[in-house]
Amino acid sequence: MSALGGGGGALRNASTALAISSTESFAGTPSCHTKRVRRPPGSFYWLHAVTPAPPLDTTTLKQLVFVSDYAESMIPPEIGPQKSSSQSPRSPSGAPFLSISVTDPVKLGNGVQAYISYRVITKTNLPEFQGPEKIVIRRYSDFVWLHDKLADKYKGIFIPPLPEKSAVEKFRFSAEFIEMRRQALDIFVNRIASHPELKQSEDLKTFLEEDEEAMERIRSFETGIFKKPADLLQMFKDVQTKVTDVVLGKEKPVEETDPEYEKLKHYIFGLEDHLTETQKQAVRLVKRHRELGQSLSEFGKAIKLLGACEGDSLGKVFAELGSKSELLSIKLQKEAHNLLMNFEEPLKDYVRCVQSIKDSFSHRANAFRLHCELTETTKLKEINLEKLNLMRSDKTREAEIEYRELKAESEEATRRFETIIKRMNEEIVRFQEQKTAEMGLAFHLFAKGQAKLANDIADAWRNVLTKIEAYSLSSGHD
Amino acid sequence: MMGPEIASGFDSPPEREEMESLALSDASASAYRSAMSSIPASISASSDGDPLLAPPPTLHFPISSSASGHGGNPATSTASSFLDPPSYADVVFSPFDSHNGHGGCGSGADNGSLLRSDSSPRSARAAKSDYIKISVSNPHKEQETANSLVPGGGTYFTYLITTRMRAGFAANGDGESEPVEFGVRRRFRDVVTLSDRLAEAYRGFFIPPRPDKSVVESQVLQKNEFVEQRRSALEKYLWRLAEHPVIGKSDEFRVFLQAKGKLPLPTTTDVASRMLDGAVRLPKQLFGEGAAAQVVPQEVVQPAKGGRDLLRIFKELKQAVTNEWGGVKPLLVEEDKEFLEKKEKMQDLEQQLSSASQQAEVLVNAQQSIGETMGEIGLAFIKLTKFETEEAVYSSQRIRAADTKNVATAAVKASRLYRELNAQTVKHLDTLHEHLGLMLAVNSAFSERTSALLTVQTLMSDLATLNTRVDKLEAASSKIFGGDRSRLHKIEELRETIRVTEDAKGCAIREYERIKENNRNELNRLDQERKDDFLSMLKGFVINQVAYSEKLANVWATVAEDTSNYVRGNS
Repeated sequence: MSALGGGGGALRNASTALAISSTESFAGTPSCHTKRVRRPPGSFYWLHAVTPAPPLDTTTLKQLVFVSDYAESMIPPEIGPQKSSSQSPRSPSGAPFLSISVTDPVKLGNGVQAYISYRVITKTNLPEFQGPEKIVIRRYSDFVWLHDKLADKYKGIFIPPLPEKSAVEKFRFSAEFIEMRRQALDIFVNRIASHPELKQSEDLKTFLEEDEEAMERIRSFETGIFKKPADLLQMFKDVQTKVTDVVLGKEKPVEETDPEYEKLKHYIFGLEDHLTETQKQAVRLVKRHRELGQSLSEFGKAIKLLGACEGDSLGKVFAELGSKSELLSIKLQKEAHNLLMNFEEPLKDYVRCVQSIKDSFSHRANAFRLHCELTETTKLKEINLEKLNLMRSDKTREAEIEYRELKAESEEATRRFETIIKRMNEEIVRFQEQKTAEMGLAFHLFAKGQAKLANDIADAWRNVLTKIEAYSLSSGHD
Repeated sequence: MMGPEIASGFDSPPEREEMESLALSDASASAYRSAMSSIPASISASSDGDPLLAPPPTLHFPISSSASGHGGNPATSTASSFLDPPSYADVVFSPFDSHNGHGGCGSGADNGSLLRSDSSPRSARAAKSDYIKISVSNPHKEQETANSLVPGGGTYFTYLITTRMRAGFAANGDGESEPVEFGVRRRFRDVVTLSDRLAEAYRGFFIPPRPDKSVVESQVLQKNEFVEQRRSALEKYLWRLAEHPVIGKSDEFRVFLQAKGKLPLPTTTDVASRMLDGAVRLPKQLFGEGAAAQVVPQEVVQPAKGGRDLLRIFKELKQAVTNEWGGVKPLLVEEDKEFLEKKEKMQDLEQQLSSASQQAEVLVNAQQSIGETMGEIGLAFIKLTKFETEEAVYSSQRIRAADTKNVATAAVKASRLYRELNAQTVKHLDTLHEHLGLMLAVNSAFSERTSALLTVQTLMSDLATLNTRVDKLEAASSKIFGGDRSRLHKIEELRETIRVTEDAKGCAIREYERIKENNRNELNRLDQERKDDFLSMLKGFVINQVAYSEKLANVWATVAEDTSNYVRGNS
């Protein structure tokens, strides 16, 4: 962490408003600094610099500001670039930050080979990075590489989840899918960049800074030569363990029986079920909004035609109702999109996060098994060594070396297992806090969107109502 | 088995049927309950009745289902309710358009239960008609006494038709000051008879179409929904007849509503059409068809025209073919330009009405679905809240559970509002369906006109033929000095026929003119009524949309406000 203090000078170059918001307004909780920067084509993105938040209590949690991109369409303009540029001079060398944005998805290649590439822009003042700004081109599989590397190296940490591969080929290049994936990838890298441990990963640096060819080389090098054999070896080992288990009569693999851990597992599995159900309903709600929009527009058209039959001024009232229906149809479609991006997607992300926690369960189980086995074997070796010592055998020296090696290995396994436990205990707190904030925002955007939609509907119809009343008066009806 | 359901169904107002289909299904209702009642009581926030659990039964949960579905244990649901009860006033049903001048015609007098007191546009005319109340109730299964081919299959239902008329409008017209009430039992067949009789007697009028006979009647007749569906359809039909300025006052209709015992209406022919039939029958007798016996009034329902006068039908068919294919200009053609234009306009209107009513149905379904899905989201969040609360270890989880609870409550409220809005939307957009139904009446009135014209045309071409024959005979007989006795006799005969046919033609033309007049008056009346109805429909639709949308906006705005602290840069 000490490295984070320096590098202030880098920011001065980045005077284009990258920046750091002052944190005073958050009751001194320096949890996060974010700024929005408007880019010329009109798309904008977030810059964030995050320091680990201190443990939060109930009251400060409500003030937690978190890093995510869900809200990009919902942000009020007053915290736009003007404000950030006016604030940045106040903290020219301010706190260390690392902010990444995934932008400009471009379709490359053709047919089956086609893929989407993204521009990954890194802005930082951290000294271990090459410079204040770096832009690389990455594709989805590069993100997968980063994810897998981290998952392999940081067992016990809940690695931020990646968006799924598109299940349906048809939607793979739809604008909506691309945008959703871009958003999800942006969240993915920023979560890594804001994670106290993950952000120091060499792999992240590689991912953010290596040029495309180097990236390609590294990936093929690893997958080609090292990764697969290692995997095979692991698989072989796993099978071996299982076989030994069966042979030795240990039908069930050793499992932790810590009641607290049991509870956590129970919680996570239950949570996954509930969230999956909720997310399913959210998908349907999006669909329903679209359908209502669709039918409202058709209804509007039919009403207009019907009004044309009536001719006179009543026909005009019909026409008014018809055009308002069509207008509202557009609003409903927009709200459907808003729901998809700001409500359904966060719920889906929630499910993914829970699944990533489940991944760490299996890492933990493996580590636990290894720890148990090695402890046991070490014990056996120790007994054996004592025996040999008593017998003053020639093999004593050899056995002792073997025992020491094994003991070291066992201790290493135990240490690794304990690291996982420690990490998971920290991670679960992080997870809960982060999700409370993220869901809070998702709820907010959901409610806000619904309220806006309802208000728009009310306004539009109120407008028609005045026309109807005017007609009633003019035609002598009450 | 069917007792209680039916009983509760028949005490309901006419729009009950729509409401029932809109209500939460039994299953989801109990799903809500089970989810809510199993939430720990320790965090119970409410002390009094929870509207989420016990919504107004007349509106959303059929009484029968809430009583039977929940084992009659309201104590548990109220005691252990978890969510803050949304303020009852927020969600409680209130029609937003009751102030539009038509609502509640005399509803205060009778608790509104059996009155057509909703604020649908038609009630405006209901208020003007002689009838205060028409209700169809109390279906009773009866055994067919004769003609049952299938043993045990010969059952039918009779319905109790209760009518209350405005003072001084009763059939006897003896000027009573109190409203008069009648109660008769009728079966569907009687309604068919009534509608056939009306069709005959009021040619050229737009007679509201009667409910369809069910094709698969015998198979579904036992089913309660079928009986209830038919009951409410009959009630609606009778109301429409009552609201018609001419039909509502007709003897046929009054007899149907008031005569005790068996329906005394004969199944065919009445004064008006007898005149024409008689006239048409006369030449037929002369053609040697023999005296046409009055068709025996049978209990059997038969199409008004089928089999009554085969010869006439053939002749008119021939005339129609001649008109169409012969290229011969008939002696009398439809010349009323205004009418022809109007007819075309009505055809266009029918088409647009049909598509609008179709789209209205799609819209209503979509609105219903969004309400249901909103409810399911709410339910999912309620479950999630419960789960998080039970499993909570960290304070962040409790905060999240509280937020989730807020959203769940809002979603359930929104779902309710959507459903109520939809019930109102259905009620108002039903005007489209109703007018589409009326187009059927318009079409049949127009075809009455066409067929009357055809009768005139047939008689005219008959006359022409007869005249030609007389001319020929005269020419032939004039060649023979002193005349040909038999020819002269024949000429006399033909002259007699011509005279009778002339009479018939006169009758037919008068009938045709009468129908034309009726058509014209009815078109004007319908145009006015449709304008009124459409205006009320638009108003009702829009008012409810505004009011419910405002409520929805409030519900969500509260949640948005409560969660605004999660927004970045919120200072």
